[in-house]
This record gives sequence, structure tokens and C-alpha cells, in this order.
Amino acid sequence: MEIRAYLPLLLLMGFVIMNAVMMLGLSHLTMRSRPTAVKQSAYESGIPPLGDARERFSVKFYLVAMLFIIFDIETVFMIPWASHYRQLSCAVPLSNGLCPAGNTSFFGLGEMLVFMLILFVGLAYVWKKGALQWD
Amino acid sequence: MTELALLALQVTDPLRLPNLVPFMIFTVIKMITVFTVTLVGVALLTLAERKISAWIQDRHGPNRVGPGGLLQPAADGLKNIMKEETYPDAAYKPIFILAPMLAFIPALLTFAVIPFASPISTRWGRIDMVVADLPIGFLYILALTSLGVYGIVLAGWSSNNKYSLLGGLRSSAQMVSYEISMGLSTVAVLLVAGNVSLNEIIFQQATTVWNFFGLTIAFFIFLVAAFAETNRLPFDLPEAESELIAGYHTEYSAMKFSMFFIAEYSNMVTASALIATLFFGGWDIPFTLWDNQAPWTIWKTLATATAFSVKVLFFLFFYMWVRWTLPRFRYDQLMSLGWKFMLPVALVYVIVIAALLLWLDWLGIRPGAMWGAILGGVNVMLAAILFVMLDHGKLISPASSRAQADRLARLRAMGVRPALTPDSVH
Repeated sequence: MEIRAYLPLLLLMGFVIMNAVMMLGLSHLTMRSRPTAVKQSAYESGIPPLGDARERFSVKFYLVAMLFIIFDIETVFMIPWASHYRQLSCAVPLSNGLCPAGNTSFFGLGEMLVFMLILFVGLAYVWKKGALQWD
Repeated sequence: MTELALLALQVTDPLRLPNLVPFMIFTVIKMITVFTVTLVGVALLTLAERKISAWIQDRHGPNRVGPGGLLQPAADGLKNIMKEETYPDAAYKPIFILAPMLAFIPALLTFAVIPFASPISTRWGRIDMVVADLPIGFLYILALTSLGVYGIVLAGWSSNNKYSLLGGLRSSAQMVSYEISMGLSTVAVLLVAGNVSLNEIIFQQATTVWNFFGLTIAFFIFLVAAFAETNRLPFDLPEAESELIAGYHTEYSAMKFSMFFIAEYSNMVTASALIATLFFGGWDIPFTLWDNQAPWTIWKTLATATAFSVKVLFFLFFYMWVRWTLPRFRYDQLMSLGWKFMLPVALVYVIVIAALLLWLDWLGIRPGAMWGAILGGVNVMLAAILFVMLDHGKLISPASSRAQADRLARLRAMGVRPALTPDSVH
């Protein structure tokens, strides 16, 4: 696999972006604009809007975003481990993608167990602190 | 012209990839085909959704435009192009216009790496039936599904409407929470396949067992996460009509509104295709191996494309089926399902599968029928432990029927005759 595999992706990106712009553009060209004051105001089920939406919101959402970053990065760390697990649990280089008999090693699993243990401590802490509590 | 004529005469090894020029020509053909099929498919899906809803609720559904309502999507599309676009005074215009595009673009890009049929050998070389056969296949999908959040959040924020903002916030927290479980459940798939290329994952399933049997719990976690990621019922809190009008797209109209819908439905198509690829062997035809090896003929391609479509269509139907079967979650239930149940289960499951693979390797059992049978047996056991013994309505539905039963018992003790509930009807 070389850089050529990514060319179709660039092409598709250009194509999709072009289509998105075209669709909005077409609809913009064909519309008849008849704005009124009521039409332009925020829709709040028919009653006149009270203030705007630039207010404070629950800090919980921020907390979730922060936890997400921690656990998502951990997933990202696990993906290369998973795709090389066969080699990591083999003491000698793989032959034909398989470990020669009698050469299995605990290395790959052991490393991940340590990593997971730290993570579970983190999850337990977050749980105990009530960061996952929503009611 | 002479170059093209020379190109047409060129002959290469039918098992190798073609040279750059024919490669790009075939890519453009595949790209336009996939894009068209997705967009037409999305249009037909809106009709299918309404028809299936009607069927489940015992009514007719759209049946006026064209035979059996078949032209309804075309009529809707035209209407949406012609409609007036409203721009709320309070909205922040640049982002308000950009948001539908940000939802639309990643939704249609994700399908690019999913192989939809077996390759064809032509005189110019082997043509893989995937738009972009990236070596990092799976990582690309994880990356693009994360980008889908931006469209929704920015739409919610820029509308400057309280309901939109709440919808956008809910959706960001929800998508972000379930993305973790989604990523973790696929770590198990990568463990078994030993590769992130989707073609390799399909081939591994064809030669052993489908991951649905080998990694049952990962499948269930992925399925639930896929529903949450696409904002479909029972996880459609970002657009819960009874609470938030229409959620993040309350202020949108005409084509911009349409684009959110195209994005949602093409995300559904991609999610179904991913479930089929990761857990049901992709384009593999079960019980045979003739479809997984050269010579690559056009008949094989057609047969495998059909197998793939059947799998994808089943999951699309499943989406609609679930919509009319399960009620919407409450927000705290949604969060505790994601963080307190699916995340720990997915983490433990990765360890269990890794240990099992190591043990099988140590025993000297190579990937094959026996290997698959052991993996399947262990998974049946794990699923039984998880869903029957551990759960009992405690973990999966935290607001369980148990709470309801306690309440009923209290009411009965007080001498109040409780209202009719499903439990009391016999």
C-alpha cells in the first residue's frame, strides 16, 4: 500500500463538498424570500420568545466532554495493541501470521492488564465522585 | 485519444492493482456510483421508513404520489428545494449555514472505505469494490464518525434558540459517550482479525466464523452504540419532539433541513453496512469459500454485492423496527447505560477475548472451524451470564420495572387501587 490509496479519498472529499455547496446554492437561488418579523424570531412553540439562548448551561456536559477525551484516547491506544496482539503474545517473529507452536508469551496481555487496571481505578474514582450521576 | 486507445489495449496481471490512469478512471466510476446509490437509497429510505411505520401501526402510509407512494421522496425533495429558507434574526449566520454542510459531508464520506463486493479482474488489473481501500480502514471510520458531532452541535448553538441549544448539547454528550463503547467493542474485532483493514476483517470472518458468533457481546455493544450515534430511537433525545420541538434543527427549513435528514439516513446506511462488515462477514456469502478467492469474475461480484445488500437492508429494517418497539430513554438512563454499563463491560470483554486468544494459541488451536466453535461457545456462556444472571433488569434498564413494582406494592399497602399497568392486565 502506498500513497496512491489515498487519492480516491481526496477525490471523493472534493466531490461531496462540491455537492453540499451545490445543493445549498440551488435552494438559495430558487427560493422566494418573504421575511416577516414573526417568522424571523426564535420558535418557542408559538409564544413570543423570552430572552435568547446565550445562557449558562449545566457543567455536566463539560465534564462528559472531559471524560470522553480520557477514555477515547485510551481506546486509540488500544487499537494498535489489538492489531499487533498476535505478535505481542509470541516470543519469536510470526511465521505466516501465526505464532510457531510453544512460543506463546504473556507479554501482550500482561501489559494491557496493567494499563486496564489503571483505567479501572480511574473509572471507579470518577464513578465514586458522582461525575456519572445525572439525576 | 491515442493514449486512451493504448490504455484500452494494455494488459496487466489480473490479480494486481491497475496502473494509475485506469485506477483513477475506475475510482471515479465507483465514486459516482456509490454516491448516487447512497443518495437515492436515502430518498427511498425516507419512504421505507414511513411505509414500515404505517405497516407496524396498521395504517396506509403515503400512497398518493405515484404507484404505492413511490414518487413521494421525489416530491418531498423538490418541495424542499423550492421552499423559503428562513434565517432567524438571532442566529449567527455563517455557522448557521455551515452546520448542515458539516453534518452532510462526513456522513457521505464514511462509506468510502467499506468494501461492498468481491473484486473484479479486468484486463487492466484487479478492481477492488471499495471507493478508497485505505490501509487504515477502520481508523478512518472512527475519525469521521467523531466529526459528525460538529454539525449537530454547531447547528444547535448557532440557531440561538433554547430548544436547539439543548438538543445540540444533549446530542454532543450522547454521541461522545457512546463513541467510547463503540471504539472499545471494535477493539475486540481487531484483536481477532489482527488488522485494521476492512477487507482483511471480512476475509478473516470468511475463513473462520462470523464475528457475530465469535464476538457476540461486542456485537450487542456496537449495535446499541450505533443506534445512539445515529440519534435514532430509543436514543433520539437530541430531537425528542415532546420536549424539544425538533431539537437542533428547530430553526432550519428547506434544503438545510433536508441536509440534516440526508446526513441522518446516510449515517444509518453506513452504520448498517459497518455492522454487516464487522460482525456478519461483509460481502461474504456464508458456508462457501468460492466467493473469497481468485479468479475474480463479474458473477462473483454481483453475487457478493447481493449478499452485502441483503445484510445491510436487514439492519436498516431493524432500525425502523426498533423505532416502533422501544420507548425513548430518559436522559439519566441514557448516560448510565453508556458510562456505567457499556463502558465497563466493553473493557472487561476486551481482556476476556485477549486472554482467550492467548489461551487458544497456547493450546495450539489455529484459527479455523474448531477455533471458531470454542470462541462461539465461550460467547454464548458470557452472553448468558451477562443478560440472564447479572442483569435481571438492573443494569440495562436502570429505571427498571423493579422500581415500578416497589411503587405498586407501596400503593397497595396504602389501600390505593393502582391504575391499570401492563403487569396488572391478565
